[in-house]
Amino acid sequence: MFSIFRTIVMRDLTLAMRRRSDVLTTLFFFVIVVSLFPLGIGPELDTLRMIAPGVFWVAALLASMLALEKLFAVDYEDGTLEQMLLTPQPVFVLVLGKVFAHWLVTGLPLVLLAPLLGVQYDLSAETLWVMVLSLLVGTPALSLVGAIGAALTLGLRGGGVLVSLLVLPLYIPVLIFGAGAVEASASGLGETGHLFMLGAILLLALVAAPLATAAALRISAE
Amino acid sequence: MSPRQINWFKYSSPSTFYPLAGRLIPWFWMITVVLIAIGLYLSFFVAPTDYKQGEGYRIIFIHVPAAWMSMFIYLVMAFWAAMGLVFNTRLSAMMVQALAPTGAMFTFLALWTGAFWGKPMWGTWWVWDARLTSELILFFLYIGFIALQGAIDDARRADRAGAILLLVGVVNIPIIYFSVKWWNTLHQGASVSLKSGSSMASIMLVTMLIMALGCWAYSIAVALTRVRSIILEREHDSQWVSQLPEVRL
Repeated sequence: MFSIFRTIVMRDLTLAMRRRSDVLTTLFFFVIVVSLFPLGIGPELDTLRMIAPGVFWVAALLASMLALEKLFAVDYEDGTLEQMLLTPQPVFVLVLGKVFAHWLVTGLPLVLLAPLLGVQYDLSAETLWVMVLSLLVGTPALSLVGAIGAALTLGLRGGGVLVSLLVLPLYIPVLIFGAGAVEASASGLGETGHLFMLGAILLLALVAAPLATAAALRISAE
Repeated sequence: MSPRQINWFKYSSPSTFYPLAGRLIPWFWMITVVLIAIGLYLSFFVAPTDYKQGEGYRIIFIHVPAAWMSMFIYLVMAFWAAMGLVFNTRLSAMMVQALAPTGAMFTFLALWTGAFWGKPMWGTWWVWDARLTSELILFFLYIGFIALQGAIDDARRADRAGAILLLVGVVNIPIIYFSVKWWNTLHQGASVSLKSGSSMASIMLVTMLIMALGCWAYSIAVALTRVRSIILEREHDSQWVSQLPEVRL
């Protein structure tokens, strides 16, 4: 079962490497959105430090949502997805592999780049650490939950707008605890509680979301 | 098998449910009108003025029932969605579709009346408090469900995709219900609970329960009316529909 997981991950990573521009689009979207706020709000460092957690998390949410479109769509269009669903291997593992590869390509670079952008917002080193940690725990949960929406809207007209309507409400808990962790750390309240909640959300998503995604894929590919 | 055993699946077929719903609808409308009339009378003329909140508190007689219904209808929809997925019954999915607009309406009503109550009591229309936020998420979930159903042309796929979305969203219901306990929020705690009874005057409680039952009967009446239309729409090429007197005309 693990070899299936590895095969899927390697395949999707290879495909992503062949089409690098797709990967970079998401990353630069994140960079640009985060950089727009100081231009719109003004360069006072006190204000920036205050809004930084929210801005980073909302930008991460939107970037993750934009990337969802690519998760299953290409495989769906050329029929690969149907063949994958026909294989005797569990769809759960297939979904998990695809989501993991997707996160490696769209989520992880964003996590790694966040501290660099955080310096623009004059965040302290400690707050930057918490931000990276919260994004590291939170973004996989976003990818997992988003996969459900991506699978449900496969091949629908106006799927891109629809997916935001379906997925964003489900993203809200991650946003609250993710931004909450960074904020709590910045104000000295201690971030552990929020991080544990994020971890709990991730675990729940890890168990439940692939099941729902697998069921949704079966319906969409019928 | 005893001869008196009821066949629960008899009414799971649209052709038998359609006339049954038609017979039930007037009754539920009657119950709705009577209960809402009594409830409104009690809430405006009989229930005493609250010593802390003044006359403004009277809005809870619609706010609390609406909030209850918003959560309850979602659970009922999720139940029928699960039934539809498991037993593959057509009627369950139609019921889900029929309930969605009413649920969204009650959620909106709960938020709206809450805002009206919040302005004089808290001095603000809206706070980003756990219960208010989770109720808002519930509203988005209803809208998302309706949008998903609308976007898929194939009715069968729409039903099943909607069912999965509903079942995923169920996570939100306990969060709304327990939010006043789990977080330290501005929204007051539950006034009615099974364990400790009610913290209100009994006439207020009775009024609120009558209003809640009225809203319940209203939801059933509206959902049944809507499900009849949906049945006619989806089964329009079947024989029994073409023989109905209202279709022949």
